[in-house]
Amino acid sequence: MTDPRSVGIVTAQKAVFDQPITLSSGATLPRYELMYETYGTLNADASNAILICHALSGHHHVAGKYAETDKAAGWWDNMVGPGKPIDTDRFFVIGLNNLGGCHGSTGPSSINPETGKPYGSTFPLVLVRDWVETQARLADRLGIKQFAAVIGGSLGGMQAMRWAISHPERVRHCLVIASAPKLTAQNIAFNDVARQAILTDPEFHGGDYYEHGVVPKRGLRLARMLGHITYLSDDGMGEKFGRELKSGEYKYGFDVEFQIESYLRYQGDKFSGMFDANTYLLMTKALDYFDPGRHFGGDLVAALKTTLAKFLVVSFTSDWRFSPERSREIVKALLDARRPVSYAEIESRHGHDAFLMDDEPYFGVMRAYLNNIAKEIAA
Amino acid sequence: MSGVTSLRPDLKLIADWIAPRSDVLDLGCGDGTLLAWLAANKQITGFGVERDVEQVVRCVEKGLNVIQSDMEYGLSQFEDGRFDEVVLSLTIQAMHNIEGILQEMLRVGRSGIVTFPNFGFWENRWQILTGRMPVSETIPYEWYNTPNIHFCTVNDFDKLLAKLGMRIDEQIVLHQGEKVEFLPNLLGSLALVRFSRT
Repeated sequence: MTDPRSVGIVTAQKAVFDQPITLSSGATLPRYELMYETYGTLNADASNAILICHALSGHHHVAGKYAETDKAAGWWDNMVGPGKPIDTDRFFVIGLNNLGGCHGSTGPSSINPETGKPYGSTFPLVLVRDWVETQARLADRLGIKQFAAVIGGSLGGMQAMRWAISHPERVRHCLVIASAPKLTAQNIAFNDVARQAILTDPEFHGGDYYEHGVVPKRGLRLARMLGHITYLSDDGMGEKFGRELKSGEYKYGFDVEFQIESYLRYQGDKFSGMFDANTYLLMTKALDYFDPGRHFGGDLVAALKTTLAKFLVVSFTSDWRFSPERSREIVKALLDARRPVSYAEIESRHGHDAFLMDDEPYFGVMRAYLNNIAKEIAA
Repeated sequence: MSGVTSLRPDLKLIADWIAPRSDVLDLGCGDGTLLAWLAANKQITGFGVERDVEQVVRCVEKGLNVIQSDMEYGLSQFEDGRFDEVVLSLTIQAMHNIEGILQEMLRVGRSGIVTFPNFGFWENRWQILTGRMPVSETIPYEWYNTPNIHFCTVNDFDKLLAKLGMRIDEQIVLHQGEKVEFLPNLLGSLALVRFSRT
């Protein structure tokens, strides 16, 4: 059965860029590839395009399935599709895997054409602004001069903000969800513990583990387990797992006893089997470095004064990794910069993960806002 | 957008006080009816502040700028002198820190507009005299379920503004949408006050 509210069966595409790109770090990549997917139809004047920027572990497979038999659909399938808040009957939606990723775009696990070996430790660090530049090149390739909206949650929200600052004339609307103007010390600290878990794994081999035929699975697993804790709220975790025991009684040992242990280990195992450790390191550094006020004397207001987009900022009450206070900083900076902005603070028990979940007020805000964009561009 | 006739009489009077192309902040803006009307008919720019997410959705539907926030925590997200007019319509009686919000209104705006149910309205006085808490068109709640915690009369509100060093620029008292010129504090059920710094 085909679900009329699904984009259906989708196919990923690859864009090859032979023009070199110089990254913020000073390093240059002579060529690179980006994996992407599109849903819906680009209209005649190319005014109905929406770019979805992914978070830490995301990728280009935003909606739909590759085959009917796929267990899961894309990571934001509840938000993107026909009749959904990001309505593919009206918008042309693009999802991509960022440079440095491990889902087909050029990244540390890709073969370096100069050496014939995986980049590994030689893959340069990439900043949010570098991603935006590569995304802009993809937009050029697809004939999109201006996006109706650039949308992202978490690290994706940072890319949306950076888009509005780096390319003001190319973004009509900027939707920043569960994000932050820059990371706090605590947030950087979590990232560093995650990195240390990977970097100290004996099978990391300085980042060149590919040639040893191993992967630093233990480190990546720990990093993901730590991450998961910070993506959930105390209440949400308590509600879901409490102190429930797998077998119903204490075993007096270090095997999995509590359901939460089982859940975290399962998540860690699953993730470490399919994600690249170097990509994880790179993504967390991009998070840490993000600070759009930095080139404006540390003044976020000055940075946002350059923008031309209208903003929607959304946060979730129980999100402590990217708390509502951080979103309110973005809102305050936009207000001080005299930019148009709406802000919704959604009551939720799901912590940071709330931005990926079905929730009516949240979807209501998104639907209402995107509906107006569609009217504005007459889609 | 809504036409002239569809605006409630008290909102229409507020709208009359607001100059075209003003920068307006509407506190407790509800579903954004006033802001949407002002945007369509007076080309104002502005923001709404609203605590209830359902109402925020209604505002977003109307294409308004709305900030979901609880005014009890102040208006710190807005800079000094950011707005021409700051409106607080039928909300002040439910707030804890009345002096605080009035000060904040004139910090972020040049002029403030407050509307509130007049507790001095004769029907309210009569119900008190008969030994019951007033329930009326402008105070539609029972004592045990009312969100209203700070009732005042027209005269009380005027005295508070004077105490805070604020000046009344305009004042209208209404009953059932009609202006009450004679004994307003007795015969009017809804008060509208526009004020600024002295």
